[in-house]
Formats: sequence, structure tokens, C-alpha cells
Amino acid sequence: MFKEYTKITNIIGDIIELSAEGVTYRELAAITNHNGDTSLAQVIRIDGTKVSLQVFAGAKGMSNRASVRFLGHPMRVPYSEDLLGRIFSGSGQPLDGKPAIANAEETDIGGPSVNPVKRVVPRNFIETRIPMIDLFNPLVESQKLPIFSTPGEPFNELLARIALQAKADIVILGGIGLKFDEYIGFRRKFEEGGIMDRTVMFVHTAADPVVERLLVPDMALAVAEQFGIAGKRVLVLLTDMTAFADALKEISVAMEQVPSNLGYPGSLYSDLASRYEKAVDFDGAGSITILAVTTMPGGDVTHPVPDNTGYITEGQYYLVNGVINPFGSLSRLKQLVIGKVTREDHGAVMNSMIRLYAKALESKKKISMGFEKTETDEKYLRYADLFEQRFMDLRVDIPLNDALDLGWKTMAECFDRSEIGVKKEVVDAHWPKGA
Amino acid sequence: MIDSSLTTGHVVGINGNMMAVEVDTGSVVQNEVAFVKLPDAKLKAEVIKVIGKKCYMQVFEDTTGMAVGMPVEFTGNMLSVELGPGLLGQIYDGLQNPLTLLDNKQEFFLQRGQYKAPIDREKKWDWKPVVAVGDRVRGGQWLGEVPEKFITHRVLTPLGMHGSAVVKKILPAGAYAITEAVAELEVNGKVVPVTMSQEWPVKKAIKAYKERIYPEELLITRQRIIDTLFPISRGGTSCIPGPFGAGKTVLQHLISKFSSVDLVIVVACGERAGEVVELIHEFPEMKDPKTGGSLMDRTIIICNTSSMPVAAREASVYTGITLGEYYRQMGLDVLVLADSTSRWAQAMREMSGRLEEIPGEEAFPAYLESRIAGLYERAGLVKLHDDAHGAVTLIGTVSPAGGNFEEPVTQATLKVVGAFLGLSRKRSDERKFPAIDPLDSYSLYIDQMADSLNKNLDREWTRMVHEAEALLGRGAEIGKMMTVVGEEGISIEDLVSYLKSEMLDFTYLQQNAFDDIDCAATIERQVVDFKLLYKALKTPFSFETKAEARKFFVNLQDNFYQKNYAAEDSPEYAKFVSKIEEIIVSGGGRLV
Ligand SMILES: Nc1ncnc2c1ncn2[C@@H]1O[C@H](COP(=O)(O)OP(=O)(O)OP(=O)(O)O)[C@@H](O)[C@H]1O
Ligand SMILES: [Mg+2]
Repeated sequence: MFKEYTKITNIIGDIIELSAEGVTYRELAAITNHNGDTSLAQVIRIDGTKVSLQVFAGAKGMSNRASVRFLGHPMRVPYSEDLLGRIFSGSGQPLDGKPAIANAEETDIGGPSVNPVKRVVPRNFIETRIPMIDLFNPLVESQKLPIFSTPGEPFNELLARIALQAKADIVILGGIGLKFDEYIGFRRKFEEGGIMDRTVMFVHTAADPVVERLLVPDMALAVAEQFGIAGKRVLVLLTDMTAFADALKEISVAMEQVPSNLGYPGSLYSDLASRYEKAVDFDGAGSITILAVTTMPGGDVTHPVPDNTGYITEGQYYLVNGVINPFGSLSRLKQLVIGKVTREDHGAVMNSMIRLYAKALESKKKISMGFEKTETDEKYLRYADLFEQRFMDLRVDIPLNDALDLGWKTMAECFDRSEIGVKKEVVDAHWPKGA
Repeated sequence: MIDSSLTTGHVVGINGNMMAVEVDTGSVVQNEVAFVKLPDAKLKAEVIKVIGKKCYMQVFEDTTGMAVGMPVEFTGNMLSVELGPGLLGQIYDGLQNPLTLLDNKQEFFLQRGQYKAPIDREKKWDWKPVVAVGDRVRGGQWLGEVPEKFITHRVLTPLGMHGSAVVKKILPAGAYAITEAVAELEVNGKVVPVTMSQEWPVKKAIKAYKERIYPEELLITRQRIIDTLFPISRGGTSCIPGPFGAGKTVLQHLISKFSSVDLVIVVACGERAGEVVELIHEFPEMKDPKTGGSLMDRTIIICNTSSMPVAAREASVYTGITLGEYYRQMGLDVLVLADSTSRWAQAMREMSGRLEEIPGEEAFPAYLESRIAGLYERAGLVKLHDDAHGAVTLIGTVSPAGGNFEEPVTQATLKVVGAFLGLSRKRSDERKFPAIDPLDSYSLYIDQMADSLNKNLDREWTRMVHEAEALLGRGAEIGKMMTVVGEEGISIEDLVSYLKSEMLDFTYLQQNAFDDIDCAATIERQVVDFKLLYKALKTPFSFETKAEARKFFVNLQDNFYQKNYAAEDSPEYAKFVSKIEEIIVSGGGRLV
């Protein structure tokens, strides 16, 4: 029923162009190369009869006689409970050796935004058992938060751990440009941790075609949206969104778009925002929480990818030198849960511990500059050590309330109760006995 | 409204939200609205470029499924908003679609191609005429009034009317809907009916007033650093640039809650939906500082967040300012807040790229500067035909790439605004909120309003403020010096200046948004508090040792700080004041 074309006029990067009629914008096409290889492609520009498509599998080895068959609909993803436990490629092909999902509803990817009046104000604390998160910058259900990091840091381990410990109903992993080992790493951890049966993975590895990267967040989020509407609390993990942005850059260069900053398209902000804004707490249904990894090229936070991300997300975690840095990190939604759904002393412990740690670092700096070490400095240095050991070390794995108790204990071991700058009633209620 | 005599065309190209259309018959107008007919919906679009028989249009919706050959119907009208009673308290998207109404019919998502009437057609308003048959009226003049929430909504003659008209008929007091003709005017020999509502093209400024006047009155935001140091005038303009997370949105929300104006229009332009959700849930619970009514009743929210269509984002800022100009026409004091104008500029950039225009710096179009200037010029204080004064004040946030102010949007904005409230990463990292950098920021209004400030606040007000500002500069210099030579390397006098400037910063410029009392300071309180602080800053304390100086200021500063958390007329407040005076005297100061 759909017309087939066999004359591609131009091949530029991963984009092919041909003359065709009746094609709709963002329509999908199936391409069969002369050697029998197949791929999907999507219409990204129409100019009269000239149609440009981006080929998901890439245009390497593409013949200008390949057959192009338009399918009459945009990219879709199947949705059913059967997705759980399954692993797919960016374009939705099973990667786990099992058959494709049959008889499922299909939903368009990249669908419209949620009506703002259908959102509720986020109010649920997600406990991760990581004190640098729970205590200092708690994650809130429906939040969108990136981990700003650099290659070589254990960000994927951190993501996997949060997935295992966060008690979400459904976990959806979107791997973008993952190393093969990292992909297997996630899979193993999810299997060992027993969450694979409530997980769906969309995985694009570094060896896969670039264009497919662009699909991963949309596939993952479209599925997340369906589960969310069905009342599930969904946690979406996207790693690495910088690889996603780089794919956008490649396509826009091939399309000869004028770049804005460092070659990235002027639409980078909107492109990222339309994905991150899928994070939502539905009024009367479930929610979507997004934790992403954004590696900062050259460790530079002003690079366009982390910079645009920071303008979109609700805070960020800085993972540098193997620890979550308490100063650059920020959960912008934390005031919605601290002391409201968490323990009433949470705010006080958080503020005073951070203030004390900042002072401790000042002492350290002063001493390293050759100034004399005073008795007060000694106290602060001791505190800094304990703080780093008991809270910052990523191996620490304790519930929030234990972390709060440990916070009081640590402060009491180093300081007098008058030195911590906390309201008297709160100190009276929590200061360890006998300290 | 589409009629067969109007222009038609068909789609010949699609690139993202840009479509090329070939005109079949008739003429097209720049910025004219057209609808493209897809199998499932009619989508709204706007002409942005005309080349021969072809015109380029930005589509206000997702273009998935659009194909070459699809019919396009032109409306003959420019992109417009509907003006009339019933706008207050509403939440609209960038094209003035009421989001709450959309909500009834739809599920969770904003389906494309759904356009709803912006204001209620059925509701009856309590109309009272203010003109009589035979009166001569000009465009934008008052014909009558209806109560809308807490304001008196003036029903206006057509805003675009040239010359004057004669009232031929006017309905007596009674209850009418906005669709009913409440008057008839004779314009150039033709009698036209006038209803309580009218349309206006958003990209055109409403200029139906006698003249613009020089803004000389203070707009009170209750944020100390703004009102005292970098004041904004009623009818003035200001921008808040800052890196991500520096506090632009929190500051704008504070301003929207506590400013003493008649109404506030919040334009959430290309930012997070979650932030609007907070407003929607908070405002109905909060009190309007002026009328005591619900805050939502004096507010209109225009919400075109970052994942909503980009072309509608470009329109949203204009929609907001047009609604502002409309209420200004009633002699009201309107505040328009836009967060963030950078997203608006980026929407223009995206479209300019698709039109393959020659790009300027960072790929922004060459007309970026003139568009920004054109927008801010629409703010202003005006004298209406009825001699009442009305004001639109515009405050926009700017989100510079990399937090670097040397970029096109910040630079173009700086050229046209009267007050620059620059947020710094350093101050927000140090949790010094609002993170307005007092050394970088400025307001041209402080001198422009000097007479009124010195008359209404204190005879010496502007002089004292300038002195405080100078002290901050001096303090920063000394601070820098200390990082090199240490405290040992500076004189006691310098240390005292430094401590004074720190105290000014810590106890006056910084304000805790999350404290019920400190979050807002009335102007009366600011005057009293600032004068007391000024006294401390001017007293030439002398100390034997630096340690003694530090100890003295720790105590003094703490009392000033604690005072911020005490309600204005509470006994604690009085206690802190007398304690502070005592400390000043103990340090060698004299009380006058
Ligand atoms: N006045 C304030 N008092 C206390 N905390 C503040 C204040 N302003 C900002 N913050 C803190 O900083 C965070 C970020 O503020 P905000 O959302 O206003 O930043 P922004 O400049 O609008 O960032 P973006 O450009 O990403 O939108 C807030 O969530 C809050 O934690
Ligand atoms: Mg903001």
C-alpha cells in the first residue's frame, strides 16, 4: 500500500535525500540496502518533493539504489507489561535474544507536554541510602537531576546503586553511547539486585550508529509516560546525555544548520528540555523521576551541554574525585521535603554540618598556606576527616535517620553544643547523651 | 472567522516548526495568522517572511504528520489576544489558551490544535456607563466600568481607533456578557457597535494614551537590596541576569508576591513547568499585600514552558506585555515579569536558523537587539486621555550561556533597561541571597527618582544610599587586600570599614526568602532599618586592637541580623533597636 522509492539523490553524513510525494513530517521509513541490510529512518525536512531522512543505522555503506518505503506514521514504541525485564536497542529491536513484543499498544515517541495544571507539587522523598544525597540534597519524586561528572568517575555505579535502592515501581534505563562493559555492568547489577523484572532497558552502545542515540531518551521516556499514567512511580536513568547532545550536533552539522556554541545547534536548550520536562508528578496517577549523567567535557561546567542542562534541571549532583561534592551540588526541590516528610531536625543538621565543613576546609587551606594551626583548627580538621569518612565516602550505605543520628554524633565528637549554630530546642532534643 | 473570500494556499515545505506555503489566491500580510489543515487538527501559524508568492510561517504546534499540499487558510488577522473583563486569575499558554479550561476536556497532555476562548462568553458583568450619548471619545478611552475581582475594569473604546468618535448609544447600568454591544460609536460617519471585549495584535504596542511621562515613583518590591540600593520605578524596566541556580526565578516569584502594584502578569517563558505549578498552588492561598484578597486575583499567568512549542514561546512574551498595556489603559499599575527572556531570544534564533538568515553573534539574528529594545520600550508610565496615570513595569530575567554576561542577549538588554540586577555565581554559592551583586548592579532610577525618594522616604535618602554603596566598594577593596597581606597587613581603620561593609551586606542586602517575616520588608520598615544601620556605619568607632573591633562587630551585627526576624511592631523588634543603640554608644558613638 505504501509506495517504494529506489532512487536516493544525496547522501550526506547519516542523512539521505530523495524525491518523494505524500510524505508527512517526522514519518518513518523502512530502508533496505542493496545487500539486504535494513534500517528505519525518519523524515526531518521536506522541501517540495525533496525529502530528507536521518537513517537510524547510519548511512555508511548505503547505496543510492537502496529501497525506501514510507510507513505512514512517526516512530512508535510498543507498550505493555511484557516490556518488563526486556532489553532493546535505541530503535526498539530486542537485544536479549527474545522475540519482539507482540500485540502491544503502540505509542508515538516525543509526544506533547503535560498540561501544567495536571501536575501536582512534588512532595515525596526518595531515599537512596547515600548520605550525600539523602541528607544534604535529597532527591524528590518527579525531580529531574543530572549527575555532572567527568569520564572515569563512577557515575554509572552510582546510577545503578540508586536504581537498586530507590524503591521505584519501574526502572527504565536509557543507555546512550554506553561502553559494552558498562551495559553488561548495569545488567548484572540489576539481575543480582533482583530488580530486572521491573526494569526496561533501551541501550545504545558506543559501537552502534550515532543516529540511534537520538532515539534512546524518547523511547525510554515514552514508555515511562505510559507506566506513569498507569499509576506507577517510574525512575528513568539516562546515561550519558552528553553523548545525546553530541549526536544532535552531528545531525545539525550534516543539515548545515548554523551552530550557536561550539558547534551545537541553537535548539540545544529546547531539545534537552523537551526530554527532561517529561519528569512529572501526575495529578491522579503516577510519576516520572529522571536521573541523568552529563559528563562535562574538559571538566568545564560552562561547556554548552552541562550549562544548558543546568538551566533545565532541578539542581545537580557534582561527582568529582569519586565523591559527591557538597558545595556545587543542589537539589532545588529539597525544601519541599526537608523537615516536612523527613525528620524535623533534618534542616538543622544539614545546614550546620555543611557550614562546619566549609569552615573546616578554610582551616585546611589556611594551614596549607603556612599559617599557624590553632586549637580551633584542630577541631575542624578532625571534623573534616570524620565528615569525609562517614558521609562523603560513596561506600557508606545508611538510611537517612541513621545518617542524621550519625551527624549529631559526629558534631558532638568534635564540638561543643554552643558551637554548631543550631536552635536550642533542636539541640536539646537531639544532642547525644553523655557528650 | 475564516471566510471563503480570504487568502488560501498550500504547504510546500516543512522544517521543524517552520513551514513554507505557496499562496494560491489573495494577498498576505506580514505576521498574519493562518491555519494549516491536517487530517486530525487545524494548526495555528504566523507569517514571518514573504518572498514572492511563497511565504514562510512559524507553526505554533508540533508539525508531525504535516505534508506538502495540505491546505492553508489565512485569516487576515495578525496574531492577537482577546481583551476584556475575566482575564484576572487566569492561566494561559503563550497564545492565550486558558489551560484550566483545556483541562476539563482533556487528559494529561496538551493536544495540538485545541484553541479555546480566552475569556468567558456567558458570564454577566455589572456594567455602569461613564459616558453619555453625544460625548466625544478617542481610542482607548473609558466608556463604562465593571468590577473585576478587586479592580475596577474600565471598558474601553476600540484601542486602534484613529481620531475621535461620538457616542450614539450607551446601555444603562445592568448585567451584560462580553459579547453584547454596550455602546454604539459613530466613527467617520459609520456607526459601530462596541462590546466589552476587543482583540489586539500582540506584536503592536498599544499607544492609545495622551503621552508618556517620566517615571519618578518608586515601585516597592519589599526586597531591601532592590528598593533601597537598586530601586525600580513604576513604569520602569529592569533585568535580572544570572547563571543557572543563582536565584532568578525565586527572586521574580518574591517580587510577584510582594510588590505593591494593582496587578501582576507572570510570563513563564521557556522555563520549568514545575515552577509554574508552585505558583498555581501557592498564589490562591496567599494574600495580596495591597487589597488583602487572594494573590491569584491580581495575577495572570502566561505559561509557555520549555517543552511547549517554541513559536508559542516567542509569542508568550508579547501576549504578556499586551495584557499589561491593556490594564494600564485603565489607569492601573501593572507589573510584567518575564522568566526568561533568553528563551524568548532563543526561540527567535531557532526560527531565524530555519529561515537561513545571516546569523549574528552566537547565531542570534541580526534583529535581536531591536526586538529586545522594542519589547522593553512597551513598558512605561503614561497619561491617559482621561488624565489618569497608568504604568507597565517590565522585569525580565536573562539566562546567559555559561553565566557570562558578555553575550548578546544580556548585552542588548543592558542597553535598554533602567535597572540592572546582576546575580553572581559567587554570591549564590556562598548562599548570599538574593544573590544580586552589589558591586556590579546599578539603577539609573535612583537619581531619576531622587526628588520623590527624598521627599517621601527621607530628606537625605539618596545621599545616604550612595554613601552605603561607596562603603561596599571600599569594603571589597580592603577584602581583596586582606587576601594578599592578611589581616595583619591592614590598619585598624581599614578593618573597621571592612567589618561595616560586611555588616551592611549581611544584615541588609541579604534577605531570607524562606522566613515568614524576613522575606518581605515594607518600605516604612526599610526606611527605619536603613537609617539605624546608616547611623552605625557612620559612627567612627575606635578600637585598641583588631580583636576588639571584631568582637564589637560580631555583637552589633548579630543584633541587626536578629532584628530582621522580628515583626515590625513587636516588642522584640523594639528590644533589638534599643540594644543596637546601646552598642553604638558603647563603641563611642553619640546618639542624636
Ligand atoms: N532568595 C533565596 N533564598 C534562599 N534560597 C534561594 C534564594 N534564591 C535562590 N535560592 C536557592 O537557589 C535555588 C535556585 O534558585 P532559582 O531557581 O531561582 O535559580 P535560577 O537563577 O532561576 O536558575 P535557572 O536559570 O536554572 O532557572 C533555589 O532552589 C534555592 O535553593
Ligand atoms: Mg529560573
